[in-house]
Amino acid sequence: MKKFHKLFSTCLPVREENIDTDQIVPARFLKVTSREGFGTYLFYDWRFDKSFGGAQDKSNTKCVFNNPKYKGAKILVAGNNFGCGSSREHAAWAIAEYGFRVVVSSSFGDIFYNNALKNGLLPISVKPKELEILFQIIEKKSQTEITVDLKKQKIHTFHFPIDSFRKTCLLKGVDELGYILSHEGKIKQFEQRQNIFV
Amino acid sequence: MKPKTLFEKIWESHVVTKEKGTPSLLYIDAHLIHEVTSPQAFANLRKKNLNVRRTDKTFATVDHNVSTTSQRNIKDALSRVQVETLERNCKDFGIELFGLNSPNQGIVHVIGPELGITKPGMTIVCGDSHTSTHGAFGTLAFGIGTTEVEHVLATQCLLQQPMKIMEVRIDGTLGKGVTAKDVILTILSKIGTKGGIGYCIEYTGSTMQNMNMEGRMTICNMSIEGGARAGMIAPDEITFAYLKGRQFSPKQEKWEESLKRWKSLRTDPDAPYDKTVIIEAKKIAPLVTWGTDPSTGIPIHEKIPHPNKMQSKDQKITSEKALTYMALKPGMRLEGFPIDYVFIGSCTNARISDLREAAKIIKGKKVKNTVTAWVVPGSRQIKRQAEKEGLDKIFHSAGFEWRWSGCSACIAMNDDKIPPGKYCISTSNRNYEGRQGPGSRTFLASPIMAAAAAIEGKITDVRNYL
Repeated sequence: MKKFHKLFSTCLPVREENIDTDQIVPARFLKVTSREGFGTYLFYDWRFDKSFGGAQDKSNTKCVFNNPKYKGAKILVAGNNFGCGSSREHAAWAIAEYGFRVVVSSSFGDIFYNNALKNGLLPISVKPKELEILFQIIEKKSQTEITVDLKKQKIHTFHFPIDSFRKTCLLKGVDELGYILSHEGKIKQFEQRQNIFV
Repeated sequence: MKPKTLFEKIWESHVVTKEKGTPSLLYIDAHLIHEVTSPQAFANLRKKNLNVRRTDKTFATVDHNVSTTSQRNIKDALSRVQVETLERNCKDFGIELFGLNSPNQGIVHVIGPELGITKPGMTIVCGDSHTSTHGAFGTLAFGIGTTEVEHVLATQCLLQQPMKIMEVRIDGTLGKGVTAKDVILTILSKIGTKGGIGYCIEYTGSTMQNMNMEGRMTICNMSIEGGARAGMIAPDEITFAYLKGRQFSPKQEKWEESLKRWKSLRTDPDAPYDKTVIIEAKKIAPLVTWGTDPSTGIPIHEKIPHPNKMQSKDQKITSEKALTYMALKPGMRLEGFPIDYVFIGSCTNARISDLREAAKIIKGKKVKNTVTAWVVPGSRQIKRQAEKEGLDKIFHSAGFEWRWSGCSACIAMNDDKIPPGKYCISTSNRNYEGRQGPGSRTFLASPIMAAAAAIEGKITDVRNYL
């Protein structure tokens, strides 16, 4: 997993609530067996005017992702309840591969939040008022760079919460699996105690 | 002794260890896998030279990509490779697969309970958000991502923080034509798509106690649409009667032992919930959603709300976008709105009682000639049962297509897609933009509401048929 310490970047604003993982990566792109290549499909049906099987899909110039003002932004700022719906981790893979390192919202779908953290993508939950301020800053001047500091748990001037274990994993760039595997003895003991289930 | 909720009882009995500053290590009793969210997890096991720790607690099926027009033939090359990858992974790692050749193939959340894999007091996970379905049996069941699928395959454990508990209490008798689907759509319209974030919902009250297991599964299934990863209902005699005699249910003395334990699985009288929502059953009417998230259900006779009445600017933008996508106007009523497709299927509403109820409405009638209508049973077992009862003939002679089991048009990763711009009344769980195919427009409703719409070619109050 990619380490995360500090980031100084412009932002891309998506002022919409309840963005579900079907929007982030439409289901028809989930047919592959690898983790790579999902960046291409990020918000596919938003970024492209669909030709529905006819000629090639054309870039949708109205879509914020195609606005040159926000090119290169590493922080995605979105409306409340980002990443709701399906458990597809492909959504987190796609956002990370597209080039984002941080997603900011005032709340996240629980499964998406967990998936993001496992892929070096930092989900930051701020208060609704703070989210509104961030939107206004970006909308006023798209080139404004915002600072994210994981160690201090700060974005711009706002504090954000994060579970201390997950924070450490992200700072060190380590996967949780090693930690779980180190408890093999305890898992075995538990299984011996608990043969009653199943 | 401190009174405990059902959630706490299950949670506490599954914590392997809890170290300071880390989440709990939670033991998983059953891991369900399907072809879409597992290949990358198996690839990592191979890369890291790890094995599947408990093949006896891991169960696989193929559902998302399968064809519902033929039993075994998947035309799309990528879909076929994904299914074959799961077949190979199951063979290599020694996992039981209810695959294309199995008489027990079906949607993962339909076959788990049907085979008796799902039992009270268990922890169950699957790389699929509708895993919440299994909570209907008094289990703690939730969806996970592929990295967590890998963790469970390798260790049978997950690092987890406990959820908060929201009680949703529904008391009273449901009116004529009001189903479990209308109950959950009503709950979602009250708590919204984010009201359940961080929570496990426990559904309580007399309405739930009198509901059959299929209805309970419909309700728990859509907990995730309210943001809650898990939903659960305390097991009772209805649960036990459902489980008795199933393939993986305990037998003889073990059944008696299990029953004793299962009966203790309920929230103690004084145990506090973090939040309680109360709903009166008699106030629930048949609902249909108008928007592009499942919380937009409105009673059949009500009008679509105006975006200006939304609380925040972002909500207004969201709701305007949904209306544009659906090509609907605020103030309109959905009753009488023409539809092009009817889909009766999915892990929400494709169980035998759903098909029986829909068949009652359809019997002796014809699907409107402007409508394409599909029935996709949730599993092959359900398909066989329905055929034994002659339901297939009722649907078929009315003009419905009677299909093989799979996720079908709920997710449109297979051949079953709603064409762009077309309206579908669907018994599935999500009406997101493009969910049923790029550009598709979805109205979520109950199986009997879908059946009535099939006959009329437009959204109809099913109570006129009862």
